[in-house]
Amino acid sequence: MDLKDFFHMGGYAQYVWSAYGLSALVLLWNWWAARRSEAEALTAAKRRNELARERVT
Amino acid sequence: MKAVRTPTLAAVQLVFRRDMTLAWRRWDEVTQPLIFYVVVTTMFPLATTPDLSALREIGGGVVWVAALLASLLALEALFRADVEDGTTEQWVLSGQPLGYLLLAKVAAHWVLTGLPLVIMSPIVGTGLGLPTSVWGVLMLSLLLGTGTLSILGGIGAALTVGVRRGSVLLSLLVLPLAMPLLIFGARAVAMQMDGDSPVGPLQLLAAIFFLALSLGPLAMSAAIRISVEN
Amino acid sequence: MWTWFHKLASPPHAYRILGLLAPWFGWASLALILLAAWWGLAKAPADYQQGDGFRILYVHAPSAWMSMFVYVVMAVAAGVGLVWRIKLAHAAAAACAPIGASFTFLALATGSIWGKPMWGTWWVWDARLTSELLLLFLYLGYMALRASFDDPQRADRASAVLALVGVINVPIIHYSVDWWTTLHQPASVTKFDKPSIQLAMLIPLFIMIAGYQLYFGWAVSRRLRGEILRRERNANWLKEAS
Repeated sequence: MDLKDFFHMGGYAQYVWSAYGLSALVLLWNWWAARRSEAEALTAAKRRNELARERVT
Repeated sequence: MKAVRTPTLAAVQLVFRRDMTLAWRRWDEVTQPLIFYVVVTTMFPLATTPDLSALREIGGGVVWVAALLASLLALEALFRADVEDGTTEQWVLSGQPLGYLLLAKVAAHWVLTGLPLVIMSPIVGTGLGLPTSVWGVLMLSLLLGTGTLSILGGIGAALTVGVRRGSVLLSLLVLPLAMPLLIFGARAVAMQMDGDSPVGPLQLLAAIFFLALSLGPLAMSAAIRISVEN
Repeated sequence: MWTWFHKLASPPHAYRILGLLAPWFGWASLALILLAAWWGLAKAPADYQQGDGFRILYVHAPSAWMSMFVYVVMAVAAGVGLVWRIKLAHAAAAACAPIGASFTFLALATGSIWGKPMWGTWWVWDARLTSELLLLFLYLGYMALRASFDDPQRADRASAVLALVGVINVPIIHYSVDWWTTLHQPASVTKFDKPSIQLAMLIPLFIMIAGYQLYFGWAVSRRLRGEILRRERNANWLKEAS
């Protein structure tokens, strides 16, 4: 199919593209949320380590 | 000195009778779910139409939904008092099979809550246009359904003991699990009204009930131990 | 052989291995998802009944599949944690929940979008969508229960019991919903249910499922690493690591 047909999707464009778009959004959100969850835990752990080391020295 | 061990059956009967006696002294708490039941079923005609022939179409479903909600309302406090005053801990330590003791408690709760709902259902159903021909199926389906719900609710109540605003959480946990009961129970009533045999869904309700009866105490005792041992 | 298994259950070990695996999962899943999307949208032949509209299948079916797969993984992990008292298993179950709930939501949303041109309504109570909705409730209930406890141990164990009760219920729910929908079968359901599938149409579906599986692997690795860090606050290995 050519590019015009690709975007037109046989008349179903709004449905197909919103479904794919929503899927991309949800996957992106999960990607972002998973990375943030890990990063926050890492910085919190690092901070705890530094505080513990400060108390010792 | 020889140690005396109470036979399990005596312990179970003791738990059952204790709960019944306690409930007798707080009679108003027992009637509240029943009143809720009547109020909710009254809401549907007011929200839709006074026309009984139209109400009849969804009558079985409405009675079932109201019964589930009324049962759930009463379930949240099932274990609360006993956990707070340490009775549950004693049960866990007692050496008696915990599942049976908890099942006795659930059984007492059902007699006080579920059974009245079952008995009231023909009256409430009449208000929704249900004919007398469905009374038997209505009561039998609710008998099995409320029994299963008491067990499911018991598991949920055991998990959420001490949680703030636990009743909403309990409903959120138990209602999705109770959907099959609703489907089979309400459908059995509708089938009876249409002249079809309701045996299929009734048998499925019975099967689910016996499944809950066999595995429920296991889940309940695990849940109670988790709630109490912390 | 069991030493390998026990080693895997040790948090510092798991933390390290997940960190090594995650990038592989991530890039592989990205490649497969893009490939499947291109193949499904451009290369696969259009359905003779639904035209290009059926291409939504390639994001709807994998989501629905993953929503159920992740729930089972979550329940198994929770069960392992409960029975063998392995904290890492509980952490894995906790990591799975938001990912599974996302897939369930996506299955519902894409299913609804697909339904509009096919049935004319944004929602229909068919067996698959109704089951997905109930599954979403199960996920939400699990996450709500976890969130309601301050004590992490009680949260782990209580939600594990709930997950196990849920997983036993899932087949019952599926069967009851299926039975419920067959009583009033709308004529257009068959059109939605089975687009005339040829092999050329199935290939992008399998690639997308593989892509989603690897994506799940990546996401759960990352979340599980976060869970490990949160739970192992006072462990020595953590103090010495950084």
